[in-house]
Amino acid sequence: MTASVALLSNVARAFTLLALLLFSYPAAAQQPSSVDPTTSAVHEEQLLEKFKTIQGRGSIPDTKSYTLEQPAGRDWRHFHEVTLRVIGAVAILGILAVLVIFYLSRGMVRIESGRSGRTIVRFNAAERFVHWMTASCFIVLALSGLNITFGRPLLLPLMSPEAFTAWSEWAKYAHNYLSFPFTLGVILIFLMWIAGNIPNSVDLDWFRRGGGMVGHDHPPAYRFNGGQKLIYWIVVLGGGAMAVSGYVLIFPFYGTTVATMQDAEMIHGVIAMLFVATMIGHIYMGTIGMEGAFEAMGEGSVDLNFAKEHHSLWLEEEAARARSSSAPGEPTAAPGD
Amino acid sequence: MARMKFLCDADRCIECNACVTACKNENEVPWGINRRRVVTINDGKPGERSVSMACMHCTDAPCQAVCPVNAFYTTADAVVLHSKDICIGCGYCFYACPFGAPQYPRVGNFGSRGKMDKCTFCTGGPEKDNTAAEYEKYGANRLAEGKLPLCAEMCSTKSLLAGDGDIIAQIYKERVLKRGYGSGAWGWKTAYRETITS
Repeated sequence: MTASVALLSNVARAFTLLALLLFSYPAAAQQPSSVDPTTSAVHEEQLLEKFKTIQGRGSIPDTKSYTLEQPAGRDWRHFHEVTLRVIGAVAILGILAVLVIFYLSRGMVRIESGRSGRTIVRFNAAERFVHWMTASCFIVLALSGLNITFGRPLLLPLMSPEAFTAWSEWAKYAHNYLSFPFTLGVILIFLMWIAGNIPNSVDLDWFRRGGGMVGHDHPPAYRFNGGQKLIYWIVVLGGGAMAVSGYVLIFPFYGTTVATMQDAEMIHGVIAMLFVATMIGHIYMGTIGMEGAFEAMGEGSVDLNFAKEHHSLWLEEEAARARSSSAPGEPTAAPGD
Repeated sequence: MARMKFLCDADRCIECNACVTACKNENEVPWGINRRRVVTINDGKPGERSVSMACMHCTDAPCQAVCPVNAFYTTADAVVLHSKDICIGCGYCFYACPFGAPQYPRVGNFGSRGKMDKCTFCTGGPEKDNTAAEYEKYGANRLAEGKLPLCAEMCSTKSLLAGDGDIIAQIYKERVLKRGYGSGAWGWKTAYRETITS
């Protein structure tokens, strides 16, 4: 009897111990000596490493504000402050240096056989209108754009901050609004002159012979020579890229994020610098670089000898067309005169 | 001189948005602009954290660096401010800012977004201290009155700290030491190129 009681009490004691162990465990977990809730928490560094930005949820209607951090702006800043300025300075000063050296060594490329006194229509009024609309927009866009990159270091020290702000604000409005006629001009240029600007084997020969710029060679060319076709495609593709990247910036958050806009600004800036450099070259060729060239876009017609030297194949085409379409005895132009 | 900083102790923030409301009211911030906001990360999931964020008044601030018209200036207290008379509303500061601080009164396209607005650390602007002109453009200038930004002053859990960087870092360090954990000073590495090690 005593033995069985002892056994029972032992069993009971064992059960009590077991129960104590079982039920006391969760209680111990609720009151630890120390807890680190941050072990399961989100960590700034991990999030930035993984996503580059930190996104969350907010309680104000402006969903853009739900981005907590986007440190990429620091890199973009370096691009804006250093990279773009270097690219711009090298491209623009580089082309100016090349042109000055070229002008001093070669001078204006003359019409070698002199002026014939007879002219041939090269660009009609509509073509010239589109050209000058695009060109005048481009000049304002270029100057107002360069002001954003170079105005602060170069222009601001020369004037009061208020005057610089007034000019920059007008420049900004001009930049934004003139982008529309400029884009229209690029589209019209694309459609208007595409037929004459498909690269062909004549262009290869033209480039191989240095386009007549080096020496006194006159490689044959149709309406647009290799160099002009290059300008055409730079205007169409470069202008197109400028328009697309520009409109991304004009319309913020229309399907874009700050990161997209940083990229768009970089594309816009780099292409702009190269575009400006190219157009400086284009302006040089159309003015002091070549005798008789400005008249093509100025009055619309060029001297016959200019056409013969620089666009021989085009002149032949035009002459053939004139012979077949105009009344006999009244050719607008005849080669060989 | 003190170097003013913000510090949000994310382990204390309860996302009550009192800082947001305090800021809007104290500075009469225009409709649509929030100089301060609270962002909750991993909302509703374990490990969720809320952080109150505004302009951090960065060391060597990117906005100031990229501004095409040099509209920004850093005060002796290291508060980054800007002049709305100089700002042309081009949006460059807003591309550069790591914290999404610069905002514009109009959501506008065509670049007509208006003059940029952002947190001033309750320090007003370039106008004479505590004038009507300063208040209208930039809001309160509490620092000139010897007070700290209202967002932090009103924080119900004292999660958001504003003041001398060394002092608030010390307060945070002591908290972390006492409670044994801390998820770090959010944004400090990006803004100040330093962090608080405890």
